[in-house]
Amino acid sequence: MANLTLSDISVRFGGLQALTDVNFSVAEGDVVGLIGPNGAGKTTVFNVITGVYKAASGAVRYGDQVISGMRPYQVLGMGIARTFQNIRLFQNMTALENCMVAQHCRSRCGVVRSILRSPFQRREEARIEEKSRKALAFMGLEEYESEVASNMPYGHQRRLEIARALASEPNTILLDEPAAGLNPAESHELMETIGRIAALGINVLMVEHDMKVVMGICTHLVVLDHGVMIAEGLPEEIRKNQTVIEAYLGH
Amino acid sequence: MTTQESRKRWISFGIGLIWLFIILWPLLGIKPEGLEFMPTLSLWIKLAVASVCVMLVYELNRGGVFDPIKRTGASLKDSTQRLYTATPNWLLICIALAFAIAFPAMTGRYGHDVACNVLIYICLGLGLNVVVGLAGLLDLGYIAFYGVGAYTYALLSIHYGISFWLCLPVAGALAAIAGCIIGYPTLRMRGDYLAIVTLGFGEIVRLVLNNWMDLTNGPNGLMGVKRPGLYWLDFTNGWSLEHIWLKKVWMFYYVILLIAIFTIIAVYRLNYSRIGRAWEAIREDETAAELMGVNTFLLKLLAYASGAVFAGFAGAFFAARMRFVSPESFTFLESAMVLAMVVLGGMGSIPGVMLGALALIALPEAFREFDVYRMLVFGGVMTLMMLVRPKGLCPAKRVGRRSEEAE
Repeated sequence: MANLTLSDISVRFGGLQALTDVNFSVAEGDVVGLIGPNGAGKTTVFNVITGVYKAASGAVRYGDQVISGMRPYQVLGMGIARTFQNIRLFQNMTALENCMVAQHCRSRCGVVRSILRSPFQRREEARIEEKSRKALAFMGLEEYESEVASNMPYGHQRRLEIARALASEPNTILLDEPAAGLNPAESHELMETIGRIAALGINVLMVEHDMKVVMGICTHLVVLDHGVMIAEGLPEEIRKNQTVIEAYLGH
Repeated sequence: MTTQESRKRWISFGIGLIWLFIILWPLLGIKPEGLEFMPTLSLWIKLAVASVCVMLVYELNRGGVFDPIKRTGASLKDSTQRLYTATPNWLLICIALAFAIAFPAMTGRYGHDVACNVLIYICLGLGLNVVVGLAGLLDLGYIAFYGVGAYTYALLSIHYGISFWLCLPVAGALAAIAGCIIGYPTLRMRGDYLAIVTLGFGEIVRLVLNNWMDLTNGPNGLMGVKRPGLYWLDFTNGWSLEHIWLKKVWMFYYVILLIAIFTIIAVYRLNYSRIGRAWEAIREDETAAELMGVNTFLLKLLAYASGAVFAGFAGAFFAARMRFVSPESFTFLESAMVLAMVVLGGMGSIPGVMLGALALIALPEAFREFDVYRMLVFGGVMTLMMLVRPKGLCPAKRVGRRSEEAE
């Protein structure tokens, strides 16, 4: 377990300043909500953490290691998994295979051992499969394990994304709008699920627009507007914060 | 309702016929004496009558005249399908293997020759299947690795007299290195751009083979490649090992059969390992794959290299069988042919690719009686196949396979 810390992160795309000096941290056992109006740079924060974008300045630390500058697969190897705002499953693969891909960084059989099917490789495959099944079962998808991802209903695809992230055995999970497009019953179920994930001892950092979900589950909130952090604190404080209300409603 | 629909069909059919005539006229009618009308008209009338017949059959079919026949056909198909699923996989494999082993006894030299070709292309197709079907990297210069393998064995055999069996892994290794060299600069590209660059690399390899006179003897090719040898138990005077050279085509057939079986097993096992899953993830969504822990850089390179190994093996065999190599055998047309096998058979499907190789190599032979029109018929059949089965002859299966396939 480790703390995820962003210190003075700035990101520029050409002349556009996407993020300016963002500072916050996700401590152990936290469920942190990252909120803000559209285009505030929330997904950019995720992309910086996971190594898709390079920060122009500042550093991302995980525990005592600097992870900014690492490649995305190395970040996952450190134990930070993520989901996507617009579902990015491996559409033509089954649910189980989707999860098994996430185990790639936790296994190490190469080409030769795969061709020879050595005992080590068989054991490893069995382990991968078992862990993936467990992740699917955690999200209540065990019946769908041999279903091709693109054939699954939307709500299940959302859950499969989380299952895939969990299958990589993370200790921090980044959820990018997990409640987008879900009906009230489903988002209620999602809140429960996030609670169960946190109970596993996994830190959660989530971007979400659904205030009911955010206020219901988050222990800590970070508010972004135009790439600048305008507030940070407990949900009750944020609810009353004048700057935040202005950012959302306009002047 | 139905009459209106059929009128619509007949109108578009009529427009099609007129369009055909307009196309045909300049093609057939231009003679030294000027534009003639009659030859075109006579051919056009024949075609029109034939197509009207086809249209009539189609209309009758829509009207439900053939329903009883179709019903029996469907039930027949159903029962064969049930039989197929009821037969265990290992039995099918055993039958196929027994047929493959007994094949030389059933045919003559010509049959052996065609079978060797089919098996070579099965190796090539399965190798390319790793790159195109699994990793989703469109490679139009794949035949270059085949060339590297062939020239490796040819040169080692001519200059140093090294045995075929020793050269086989060397050819595979050199092809893999060539795969890495070609793969490395193209890793940042996707889709069409990648296809163009690989096309260029394929041509570079061919041109190098064509122009490096000192090494490859240029377009004249390399002659005098040795046959593979084999140690065989000899019982004539007690127990002794005797060295024989493979001379007959059926002997070569068994060599390539062995290589092909190795390729099939290797590709199958790779497909269902963590490596294969990572390749498929890259094909589905490269960014997501990288974010889910797949080192896309390394794995794409690995896809190129391991695809190239199988082409290297096939190439070494090709050189040994022909006992002659020249750059002519490694043109772009061959790359396109192998790619067509993969696409026609079904991308990512091993039986599909094998079927594709069989179709593309054996069909032109079967159509020999059509003489000049052979390639025309061949092209027509291919177009038809893709229209009827756009996902390939035998598309890759997925649903529920993982749990069933635990051996």
